[in-house]
Amino acid sequence: MSAAANPRSPAALTETCHLDPDAAAIELTDVSFAYDRRPVLRGITMTVPRGKVVAIMGGSGCGKTTILRLIGGQLRPQSGKVLVAGQSVPDLDAAALYALRRKFGMLFQFGALFTDMSVFENIAFPMREHTELPEELIRDLVLMKLHAVGLRGAAKLMPSELSGGMARRVALARAIALDPMLVMYDEPFAGLDPISLGVVGQLIRQLNDALGTTSVVVTHDVYESLKIVDYLYFVSEGKIVAQGTPNVVRASTDPFVRQFVEGESDGPVPFHYPAQPYRREIFADVQ
Amino acid sequence: MSSDVISGIAHVLRRIGGAVTGSISRLGFASRFLVAIVWHSPQAFRRIHLTVHEIYFAGVLSLVIILMSGLFVGMVLSLQGYETLKRYGADEQLGILVALSLVRELGPVMAGLLFASRAGSAITAEIGLMKTTEQLAAMEMMAVDPLARVIAPRFWGGVISMPLLAALFSAFGIFGGYLVGVPLIGIDAGAFWGQMQAGVDVWPDVTNGIIKSLVFGVAVSLIAVFEGYDAKPTAEGVSIATTRTVVMSSLAILALDFVMTVFMFRGGGGL
Repeated sequence: MSAAANPRSPAALTETCHLDPDAAAIELTDVSFAYDRRPVLRGITMTVPRGKVVAIMGGSGCGKTTILRLIGGQLRPQSGKVLVAGQSVPDLDAAALYALRRKFGMLFQFGALFTDMSVFENIAFPMREHTELPEELIRDLVLMKLHAVGLRGAAKLMPSELSGGMARRVALARAIALDPMLVMYDEPFAGLDPISLGVVGQLIRQLNDALGTTSVVVTHDVYESLKIVDYLYFVSEGKIVAQGTPNVVRASTDPFVRQFVEGESDGPVPFHYPAQPYRREIFADVQ
Repeated sequence: MSSDVISGIAHVLRRIGGAVTGSISRLGFASRFLVAIVWHSPQAFRRIHLTVHEIYFAGVLSLVIILMSGLFVGMVLSLQGYETLKRYGADEQLGILVALSLVRELGPVMAGLLFASRAGSAITAEIGLMKTTEQLAAMEMMAVDPLARVIAPRFWGGVISMPLLAALFSAFGIFGGYLVGVPLIGIDAGAFWGQMQAGVDVWPDVTNGIIKSLVFGVAVSLIAVFEGYDAKPTAEGVSIATTRTVVMSSLAILALDFVMTVFMFRGGGGL
């Protein structure tokens, strides 16, 4: 990776992949994906510019997380292009994919902290795996990351001793442990109380700007996202149905966006799961 | 009417065929999984403390149940063996009976069964839960291969622990046999140990026992890590996988034991 892309990247990282410093962080072009025969994404096209926080919004099960898995190379699209920093992710071999992933940070939905390690060891984990840094330096770096998320005092606790909000912040500290060029957040706000929610939202914004990274936030929390992101994509039934900056979204008259922002139960996203007509089903045994 | 019968038969055949091809493909998947573990082992051994930790977890923490069971099995063996041997006036042979039964057969098999239910199920549950809580996916996204970091150390921890546990089981079993045979029943201690010394050979008896326990170690550890890795990422999936580990390991131990016994004691000229 070039120094321009991320000036704080630890020097000890092996420089095995060649990233284009001018390319957008992520470019998806006409990407389609299906689990077996069930289509999840149908022709998604989106761009995430460098240094920005971009939200991918949509209801549960609309394919948001699948987009993250495609970007991270855990899944391959059936058609379309997935470019990360100019590299085509589906075409990378295992070694190149792992080299690329070292420049990613990812926050999983419920943190996915390693339950057999303390908070300190969780954050030290990527450093120990990928660098040869001396123990004192790892200790300092871990404490710095923990300080950034306000949990330096919790270094010795085990994940089972943390509240949901604290676990999410620890996972956030782990995601940025190696100063990644791209951080992906999978539902970072799910299941948090209002205070933790605000804290995590602010952290995402501040860490993005302080570290000069790019962030992709997959979420359905529209209020929190509008406060912190630069751009939003709305996904429904595997397609992008609306997009824009927070101000555009707030002013939008698009029925889908209105339904989503207002939280209405019926609209372009129907309340009812597809079924045969009610009358026919109810009276089926009468006839 | 006849077409109904034919379609019924076809349905049954399809079910049988599906089950057979399903099991075969699973077996193939498990074999490839074993190759992948071996392939990633050098990477895992570079951090030897991971494997040492798993030896502690699978081996040292299983010691209590293994040693206690060994002691009791040896004591029962001594009581039952004495009853039979006495009928033929061969009660002085009790030492050799206890030692051979344990070293050749009961040590590896019983230790293997206990190991599968104590350590194997724990390994499966741990890996399955790591998968359910996305810890394995998180590791992959951090460019750390879970095969090298999680699976291989647990596999080798089990493979190394199992022969040692079987040896300790046999040793404690012999000690239990001695406790019942000599102080309780009153067989001459010199006869007990002397017969044992004369009658038990390093080859084939002890070595074959070690080979058996090593094979059981590989089988149980592979089944345990595979079932955990292959578990459906739900609470129900982990519970099914844990049960499968114990059931499949036990069956594998008994079946492999039969096959190995046939090869070792018939082909080897022991009988």
